[in-house]
Amino acid sequence: MAKAADKKQKFSKEQYLKWYESMLLMRKFEEKTGQVYVQQKIKGFCHLYIGQEAIVAGTVSATRKEDKHITAYRDHAHPIGLGLHPKYVMAEMYAKITGCSKGKGGSMHIFSKEHNFVGGHGIVGGQVPLGAGIAFAEKYLGTENVCVCSMGDGAVRQGALHEAFNMAMTWKLPVIFVIENNMYAMGTSVERTSNVHDLWKLGLAYDMPSKPVDGLTVEAVHEAMEEAVARARRGDGPTLLEMKTYRYKGHSMSDAQTYRTKEEVKEYQEQDPILKVLATLQANKWIDDKGIEEIESRVKALVDESVQFAEESPYPEPHELYEDVYSEPNYPFIKD
Amino acid sequence: MRVIEFREALREAMSEEMRKDPTIFLMGEEVAEYNGAYKVSKGMLAEFGPKRVIDTPIAELGFAGIGVGAASNGLRPIIEFMTFNFSLVAIDQVINSAAKMYSMSGGQYNVPIVFRGPTASAGMLSSQHSQAFENWYANCPGLKVVVPSNGYDAKGLLKSAIRDNDPVVFMESEQMYGDKMEVPEEEYYIPLGVADIKRAGTDVTIVSFGKIMKVAMAAAQELEKEGISVEVVDLRTVRPIDYYTVINSVKKTNRLVVVEEAWPLASISREIAYKVQKDAFDYLDAPVKAVTTADTPLPYAPTLIDASLPNAARVIKAVKEVMYR
Ligand SMILES: Cc1ncc(C[n+]2csc(CCOP(=O)(O)OP(=O)(O)O)c2C)c(N)n1
Ligand SMILES: [Mg+2]
Repeated sequence: MAKAADKKQKFSKEQYLKWYESMLLMRKFEEKTGQVYVQQKIKGFCHLYIGQEAIVAGTVSATRKEDKHITAYRDHAHPIGLGLHPKYVMAEMYAKITGCSKGKGGSMHIFSKEHNFVGGHGIVGGQVPLGAGIAFAEKYLGTENVCVCSMGDGAVRQGALHEAFNMAMTWKLPVIFVIENNMYAMGTSVERTSNVHDLWKLGLAYDMPSKPVDGLTVEAVHEAMEEAVARARRGDGPTLLEMKTYRYKGHSMSDAQTYRTKEEVKEYQEQDPILKVLATLQANKWIDDKGIEEIESRVKALVDESVQFAEESPYPEPHELYEDVYSEPNYPFIKD
Repeated sequence: MRVIEFREALREAMSEEMRKDPTIFLMGEEVAEYNGAYKVSKGMLAEFGPKRVIDTPIAELGFAGIGVGAASNGLRPIIEFMTFNFSLVAIDQVINSAAKMYSMSGGQYNVPIVFRGPTASAGMLSSQHSQAFENWYANCPGLKVVVPSNGYDAKGLLKSAIRDNDPVVFMESEQMYGDKMEVPEEEYYIPLGVADIKRAGTDVTIVSFGKIMKVAMAAAQELEKEGISVEVVDLRTVRPIDYYTVINSVKKTNRLVVVEEAWPLASISREIAYKVQKDAFDYLDAPVKAVTTADTPLPYAPTLIDASLPNAARVIKAVKEVMYR
């Protein structure tokens, strides 16, 4: 009971309501994405964030809007959490010119400069040095901003990550490295890739402050992130946070999931991060059935609007092929 | 004759060679327990066990280099890249180690290794997952580069690649793995460096290789209806290039179109155009034309993919141009 009371003091009703609505939007958006993918409205590789929502929600609440964010290809929820209207993400996946990357990136390459979301990267681990570099620029320019650089558990075995960790720590760059450890990289469990199963310990090799976090609990994510962000802002450098989480769906839309049991998936669904937030709201009588319905209908309206917007938008015209390749307007492409 | 999928032809090539030579092993992401990201190695873990069919972490630079080291020390690794887009993480070990060791050791250490996996575009995957690097690897002395266009060739070429005493880059396509074809049950080898005339003709030569051969063949078929007889030469290997077969064909048809999925600058097409103008200048009745992917990253949208990739219509147009029709 004492614990619940503590929590009450730490986070306000408004905060919980915000978390709930934002996480529900991510969830419903991704469920819809899965549906329209099956209808072949969305093509290519498509990776859903369902189950992992607390990480983005707790990160957004613990950072400022000037801070920068970068992640891998499992990237629909991050920009939505940061405030990008979901219709621009849906239109991107529909390959429409109105998408946030003009239909050129698709599901794996969502970007929103306006929301300081630097993508959306498809090469496993490729964004890790980029995140350090974004932080390097903030430090160089003398801002107080930090960069949150997210990656999957599979990415930690890439050499680029270790090189970047070392330099980020040596140069005290304001970056928070977030491992979204959903226990699998495609069909490979973390245990099968190394003797080091506690991924947060990888930071210790570089004397980087590092710790595991319950990534299924938004309060825990927020608190860990808040501490890491404060460290980065005061010039004390990076932090490595291993968010322990789970993805309910397959790696991508084409994954038979032979590497795990249905029971395991069910076990995690029972600790659902969104239901936990709802339970806190209800326990404190901060929400009633009508309040829940209102949130649900707002979320539904946004998701429906996103699909409609994507459906009605046009594809890019062929001339777009030669646009956005160079910033120089008249670059002499080889055309024959 | 029995019909099998392209991926099965690759699997048979690897398995047949592995049964004969215990120093051959397969290593890569998801090759063992998951049976291959594209099911090329399906059943191989069950047959050969975890000593010889080895799952790796996502650590291309490391496992490519481990492969090269092992190859220099008595083994014959087959290293699978989930796609060649990810081989860029490993390219230092391919170019600076595999391709150089024999030369810089003065012939003491050869590197019998195969790097294989799918190359080029495979649907709407956007720019980081749609790149054709055949010409990049072909540019590097010390490597051999094989790009098969069908299951029969793939099997015979892969068997030769595995037996080759030098590093071979073997490039497939996600969009060919399901293709079915007659492949004999008896063992056979196809030598590296020898092109194949996939279709004989008299009016114009199309040179191509790999998956995009389908486009070349479709164009040739269309053109036949219009009374244009096309000879289609499948290079099969882009390092070394079988210039002899190409030049001979051009001497017969006097016109050449090269079709390739790479970007235009420094492509195999432009390389061939140089060689043909130099060695068969007097035989050419028209300038050589190249049909390649547009000189841009390949975006996600289908309208932009259509505007970029080689297709039959574009090849037909190029053929008509070299025929002044
Ligand atoms: C360098 C590289 N190698 C391989 C791949 C293919 N690939 C895409 S996602 C993935 C698994 C990554 O898993 P993880 O890092 O745990 O992220 P998650 O998908 O679980 O979010 C692999 C192997 C890639 N995109 N890049
Ligand atoms: Mg993972």
